[in-house]
Amino acid sequence: MSGELQLPHAARVFVSFVALLRANGFAVAPEQTTAFLAAIELLGPRSLEAIRQAGLATLAPPPERRTTYDRLFDIHFIGSEAIDHAGAEDEEVVRLQEEGRGEDETLLADEANESGLVAARAEALVERRFAASATGDALRKLSREAPARLPRRRGHRRMRARRGPWADLRRTLRESVRNDGEVLRLGRLKRRARPRKILLLIDVSGSMKGRTDDNMKLAHALSHAAPNVEVFTFGTRLTRVTRALRLKRREQALSAAAHLVSDWDGGTRIGDALQAFLAVPRFGSYARGAAVVILSDGLERGDPSALRDAVANLSRRAWRLSWLTPLAAGPGFQPQTEALIAIRRFVDDLVDGGSTVAIASHVLSLGQRKAA
Amino acid sequence: MTVRGNIVGIDSPEALERALRTAYYLADDGLATAAYLGLALGKPLLLEGAPGVGKTEAAKAIAAVLGRRLIRLQCYEGIDASAALYEWNYPRQMLAIRQAGEETIDIYGETFLIERPMLASLRAPDSTVLLIDEIDRADQEFEAFLLEFLSDFQISIPERGTVRAAERPVVVLTSNRTRDLHEALRRRCVYHWIDYPTAEREARIVMMRASSVAEATARAVVAAVGKLRREPLSKAPGIAEAVDWAEAATLLHARGARWPDAFKRSIGVALKDEEDLTFISGRLDALIAEAAA
Repeated sequence: MSGELQLPHAARVFVSFVALLRANGFAVAPEQTTAFLAAIELLGPRSLEAIRQAGLATLAPPPERRTTYDRLFDIHFIGSEAIDHAGAEDEEVVRLQEEGRGEDETLLADEANESGLVAARAEALVERRFAASATGDALRKLSREAPARLPRRRGHRRMRARRGPWADLRRTLRESVRNDGEVLRLGRLKRRARPRKILLLIDVSGSMKGRTDDNMKLAHALSHAAPNVEVFTFGTRLTRVTRALRLKRREQALSAAAHLVSDWDGGTRIGDALQAFLAVPRFGSYARGAAVVILSDGLERGDPSALRDAVANLSRRAWRLSWLTPLAAGPGFQPQTEALIAIRRFVDDLVDGGSTVAIASHVLSLGQRKAA
Repeated sequence: MTVRGNIVGIDSPEALERALRTAYYLADDGLATAAYLGLALGKPLLLEGAPGVGKTEAAKAIAAVLGRRLIRLQCYEGIDASAALYEWNYPRQMLAIRQAGEETIDIYGETFLIERPMLASLRAPDSTVLLIDEIDRADQEFEAFLLEFLSDFQISIPERGTVRAAERPVVVLTSNRTRDLHEALRRRCVYHWIDYPTAEREARIVMMRASSVAEATARAVVAAVGKLRREPLSKAPGIAEAVDWAEAATLLHARGARWPDAFKRSIGVALKDEEDLTFISGRLDALIAEAAA
């Protein structure tokens, strides 16, 4: 049986499919290729469907890229040229977008544009120079101090400690063996503190245009300073940019994020975007027990009741919910818009989000605050 | 490639699908193929999907088909090696040291070892199926530790040496996808994403699981559940909820409640979140009338 497997002719078409997948950004390990070939051999020459299933099971494309996988499969094995590009999108509907999920994604990667970020960057150049240097300082301070100052929670793992609520029986026993079974000192254990999740939701709509570039830079700095940061952008749609921001070089990360986000400087439908966020269990669970920080002016064009419900829901899941708005820059700020008034009682902090300095110092102060 | 001994008599995905049906589990082609490949290639089977699509049930059905005991390791945040592998019985060791006096004793002997699920499955690979449930709940350190186990199927106990499985055990992992799993873990497994079943299949599942439920009721419940899953709910009803709803509605109906009313009054077994209930309450009548039509 295994003789067939060594025939290069029989295997070539399958191996080249793996190469096609890799060329389109699917991570396939050599051992998966072997498993794929073994699976085809096991299932026997039945149908294309069996090969497709064998590929799904062994090459394990992530479910959100299933459409792309199927399309590449059709191109490779059936030779289908009929690649439909997503038609005109209905801007009224808030759509979810996840990294690597776009309908055309890598098939069209070269044509993607980054006009949004370029526009935002041009805007940022107009800022006065002293503001820029203050921003740089704030970002450096954030990167430096975040690991020590961000909120922590008690984990379930235990670690050795001088004092603690549990006896470390393992260590005590080992020591007692050395002393002929005599327990001279009882080792103790305590719970280890772990960094709390941070969920950053960034408004990239037109009214926040002046802040967008700096907010993205801040998100990048925070993603690298803390281990557990999730970042989403929202305007008319919701986009997960966490993975793009994990790229180390800032320019590279921001440009990767710019490729993903397609609603820069558009309208705002915060309520719908947050509802969409909560409706996906995987995303909704990011908020559980997390320090949730929303950077938005709260100028809602949609239904304020959708926003109120979403924020109430978020606040119940979150450890602490902060809403940072540029409108609160001045002292004695009172929310004026209907949306901000509606959500006021659900947020724990409604403070200044008008400068990187203010946002960074609020984020750094989260560690001292208690759960609300 | 030799077919493993653990699937003697099951020589194709279709055969496995039929066998699973005798264990009251209706698998679609994709799941049957993935499970068959997992068993035949001796690789762990990783099942992902929304809560309530039947991932754990699939593992139970596979164990039933193979005639093996299911050992379940429920993952949680902070799970560590001592909860998954083994633990020493320290009080007993202490006592043994005290009682031994001048004699030498082996305090790391078999009698002091408390077997946890992973060790248990390694030591009895021919008679168990290891279910590592909700791996996405465990933290990444545990996932990394699991990688070692899943590639070599061995566990080293410093005091006793390495325990290696002669035969690769059958391992099923499930994940609700609350976070991304490490690529390396996915790579080592045969993967399948379980989707909600089609209405037709789900109606058959409901009737199979709840024999008292009439076909019309099953179809109506499945239609209603299908509509609910398209709403932005914080917890969409799974297959188990559909089965429970059909049973509850049938029960209320048998006790004298009128039909659409019995259906509506038992919504609490399908939607278990106060907010979801409030959200849907305005449209519930229409939704049920439409589903029951």
